[in-house]
Amino acid sequence: MAAPGVTTLTDVDTGRVPPALRGLLPVLIAVPVLALAEVLLGSSPFATYLLSVVGVNIILAVSLNIVNGMTGQFSIGHAGFMAVGAYIAGVTSLELKEVALSFLPVAASDQVLFTVALLAGGTCAALCGFLVGLPSLRLRGDYLAIVTLGFGEIIRVVVQNTEAFGRALGLSGIPQYSSVAMVYFWVFLVVLVARRIAGSSHGRSLWAIREDEVAAEAMGVDTTGYKVRAFVISSFFAGIAGGLFAHFVPIINPGSFTFVKSMEVVVMVVLGGLGSSTGAIVAAIFLTLLPEGLRSLFGALGAEGSLAQKVDQIRMPVYGLLLVVLMLARPQGLFGTKELWDVLPRWLPRKKKGLS
Amino acid sequence: MRRLAPMLLAALAVLAAACEKKTQPTGEAGGQPAAQAPATAQGGGTPPAGDDVIVLGEVGALTGGQATFGISSRNGIALALKEANAAGGVKGKKLVVRVYDDQSKPEEAAQAVTRLITQDKVVLILGEVASSSSLAMAEKAQAAGVPMITPSSTNPSVTEKGDNIFRVCFIDPFQGFVMAKFARENLKLNKVAVLQDNKSAYSIGLTEVFRQKFAEMGGKITVTESYSQGDTDYRAQLTAIKKTQPEGIYVPGYYSEVGVIARQARELGLKVPLMGGDGWDSEKLFELGGSAIDGSYFSNHYSPDNPDPRVTKFIADYKADYNGAVPDALAALAYDAARVAIEALKNAPDTSGPALRAAIAKTKDFPGVAGNITLDEKRNAVKSAVVLKVADGKSTYVTTISP
Repeated sequence: MAAPGVTTLTDVDTGRVPPALRGLLPVLIAVPVLALAEVLLGSSPFATYLLSVVGVNIILAVSLNIVNGMTGQFSIGHAGFMAVGAYIAGVTSLELKEVALSFLPVAASDQVLFTVALLAGGTCAALCGFLVGLPSLRLRGDYLAIVTLGFGEIIRVVVQNTEAFGRALGLSGIPQYSSVAMVYFWVFLVVLVARRIAGSSHGRSLWAIREDEVAAEAMGVDTTGYKVRAFVISSFFAGIAGGLFAHFVPIINPGSFTFVKSMEVVVMVVLGGLGSSTGAIVAAIFLTLLPEGLRSLFGALGAEGSLAQKVDQIRMPVYGLLLVVLMLARPQGLFGTKELWDVLPRWLPRKKKGLS
Repeated sequence: MRRLAPMLLAALAVLAAACEKKTQPTGEAGGQPAAQAPATAQGGGTPPAGDDVIVLGEVGALTGGQATFGISSRNGIALALKEANAAGGVKGKKLVVRVYDDQSKPEEAAQAVTRLITQDKVVLILGEVASSSSLAMAEKAQAAGVPMITPSSTNPSVTEKGDNIFRVCFIDPFQGFVMAKFARENLKLNKVAVLQDNKSAYSIGLTEVFRQKFAEMGGKITVTESYSQGDTDYRAQLTAIKKTQPEGIYVPGYYSEVGVIARQARELGLKVPLMGGDGWDSEKLFELGGSAIDGSYFSNHYSPDNPDPRVTKFIADYKADYNGAVPDALAALAYDAARVAIEALKNAPDTSGPALRAAIAKTKDFPGVAGNITLDEKRNAVKSAVVLKVADGKSTYVTTISP
């Protein structure tokens, strides 16, 4: 959660920062904040677990937003890319479990190998994104949805039948390298990338494709090229999210990467507002914490827990109901296409050139 | 590109920061009992845990694909606790159980168990039915040093997670062996086809052992076909099986699919008996399978027909509490698991993780309703299995097969 706040801060500050430092500044602020968060959370495994889940969902939502929101393409196979990342990173880590870099202390070399595993997962997911995207993104409309849906299912079935991936039981024993700082560093990166894309000429081309693909093509935008690039970036981060997931959940199994997971992410993006990274982040946080929040609420209601036990089961219907109400009340999503910095009060110093 | 270099440097910096933390959790898990560790965690969350109660934790699939398993288990545990509390509790303290739903998903189970350990500070964890969820929980429980007893996860790898993880049921390979022995010696079958659920490790595990043991005993496996949990049409596989003219079909899947498989098999004119494992054990099987499932056999942990007085008493109590429902094996195992836990709580000098762990490990010839429980050095229960025959909408006891 620290990360989005950090990006806006820098935004606001850009006017006063020497140009040479601009690229570095978000990182300079993010790193100490994350390190601090890690130190503070060290003794609370539940908060760590929950925050990690939230972080992974933020990465998924923000990365899907690049395709579904900014580019207006409807991809519903995000869990498939996540699965590729999770399994490749998981297997890599398992293979490298006994290996350590001699010039580093064990813990440090573990983290380096973890990063290597993550990047391997992300790269494989990006490659899959490229292979899936290249043919299907030439088409328009619903075709991409169907192709991505198919891809997600293919991945799941392949994993289910591959001995090396633990088949149906799943892959367990993956070293639990992940930390809140690591997860949120990637959250920070994906937000930074999404933001930079949105503000660049590349991003403007994507917005053009979203608004009117024919017009964009007539203006000389290489629509397929831009769409594929957006898709590959999105897949890469989905793979990273999967890799992180694999390193804090004790077991990954194909049941975790079903169509339902893909839809969860789509719901986050739509609820937050198609095209708004802020919206995606807020929705991801909200939807991930809601079931757990309801659990606490019900726990607080029934003193001895008897009532709480009964209502624990209706958590998910209540969750669904809240979702329906939210969409009825605000069909354009929480933020529409606006970002946090667009809705900040007037008196805050604002960026000179507008976005979107 | 110029920006990439500082970013990478920063990434390394984060790694360095994170690494310092790395050593701490391991030291914590190894050194001090975990019951103390969460005490420093934030106080937000749930109430009780007063001085006069002992809180146990349970994770179960109350919703999702395996909901009847989770609900049966919850009922069994609740009954055991009720009895213990009526008898004065443990060391003058009342027992309370916190149940969390995991929606039949391992990552949710991991989350729920973390919550139980850190927020609710439970002394002991009961659950899950599905082995993949139990594996996820076992990892967390082992790391935190909280003992965990799974009532009915039969996959061998669950208790291999560490010395805090126990089970009160037999393991998969044994069920495969039981059915192979029964098919060969009691039913005198020579040729059997196998239809396994590719999506479930449980089904694959049973199939593997069944095939091996059945072949060792001189039988022949004609063909092994696969389906995926959630499929609705099995005619293609069944047609392929029919071609090989087997005398029986081994279908070690879950009740939801087996019922439909039985119907479709009869439609295709396959009249041979079906055989399966404890995944069949649900009232729903009779609803889904109807008369098609009649004449089939499955191995199970316990039979409600058993004339043993402790079984009849358990059934009567259960019926009284749950509107006349007959307890299935999962309820019986969960009841046993809870009673083993209560017994350990009574015998242990205090409720710390290591003390409880030691007390559970000593369990020997414990009179459970699903057979006497003796835990071996791998923390698995050594016990016999029963074979049940399905007929007229219920299952009847046929025989008991010992290891």
